Amino acid sequence: MTRSDVQLMLDVKAGDAQSFELLLQRYRTPLVNFLYRMVRNREQAEDLAQEVFLRVYRAREDYEPSAKFTTWLFRIATNLALNSLRDHRYQKLETSMDAPIVADAEDGDERPMEIADEHPDIEQHLVEEARKNMIRHAIEKLPEKQRAAVLLHKYQELDYAEISKVLQCSESALKSLLFRAYETLRVELAPLVASAAK
Amino acid sequence: MKMPASEGRRYMARAVKHEGPRRKVVMSCGRMETRILAYVDGRLKESERGEMEKHLVGCAACRVRVNEFRAVGDLLDELPVIEPSGAFNARVHALVAAEPEKRRSWLAWLAPSPRIAFVASMLLVATVWLGSRPVENPAIAETDLPVVENVDYDVISNFAPLSDLSQAPDDDSSDSDATSQQQQPQQM
Repeated sequence: MTRSDVQLMLDVKAGDAQSFELLLQRYRTPLVNFLYRMVRNREQAEDLAQEVFLRVYRAREDYEPSAKFTTWLFRIATNLALNSLRDHRYQKLETSMDAPIVADAEDGDERPMEIADEHPDIEQHLVEEARKNMIRHAIEKLPEKQRAAVLLHKYQELDYAEISKVLQCSESALKSLLFRAYETLRVELAPLVASAAK
Repeated sequence: MKMPASEGRRYMARAVKHEGPRRKVVMSCGRMETRILAYVDGRLKESERGEMEKHLVGCAACRVRVNEFRAVGDLLDELPVIEPSGAFNARVHALVAAEPEKRRSWLAWLAPSPRIAFVASMLLVATVWLGSRPVENPAIAETDLPVVENVDYDVISNFAPLSDLSQAPDDDSSDSDATSQQQQPQQM
């Protein structure tokens, strides 16, 4: 039987290192993706995700299961991302989609950011890439708090109560925030939306 | 059919009333604002969903909006999931290993654990309770207590009253002490 996040965290609190490892496995991908979509820089996203896990580890002795584990985890992640964005406000952190990244530091293997080309037709692939970039840029253009709300709502599938706790706002304020964000996305992605909504 | 943002805002601000021969106001487009996303997500309560669907039957603009919100959600699903780099876990382990062992402050010893605090409070309650109980053994009466007889009351009367000491001459303290010590037996 799989242990719940709260149970794992309580086990970490009791000194079980294996439980921390399980939490790391369970949340490393969602956290890195969330942070990557927030800060738009992979290396920075990984650094921030590592910092999140470190903070979870540091807080283990004081951990009380008063809220859902994911609420706590993504609250740490959101605060770190928002602080990082504020710190780098005047720096342009766009990474080229063609820029190679170190996929595995141990063997030094490098690969492009996006996963392999499964499409034999290069034109088709370029069209799809352009489409993805458009979606990425639309998300990127959202104000930081709206962006966090959309990412938590769409990709982490947190409910409204949880997201409002993460963002420290009321549930009605969150609904309004999400509505405005989706409205902006609807306008920004108008050409894609029009064909998809038919 | 796509609605421009400016037009959308104007229409959102307007309360659209659906009037017919048998029904009054169903729901304004403005009220849709807070519910549209929950409706698309399938997170509305049964009654709210019914109200929403009634509105959608009579409001083409809101029907378009619902479809477009769904389309936005589908577009967001198209973004690929990235995997953390192979060194990710190793870096987390290194950070955790570099964490200094938390030393307990000496003040921590003063903070009682909940168990100790519970036991201590129970002992305190028991002590107070036992102390407040009346004496149940009548065998020990006041008359049975040993009486101290032949108290030498003279011992008490041997002490000079403080008022007398304050009247002693003040010229030489060592002399006055000696004098007072010598004078005490005379007062007896």
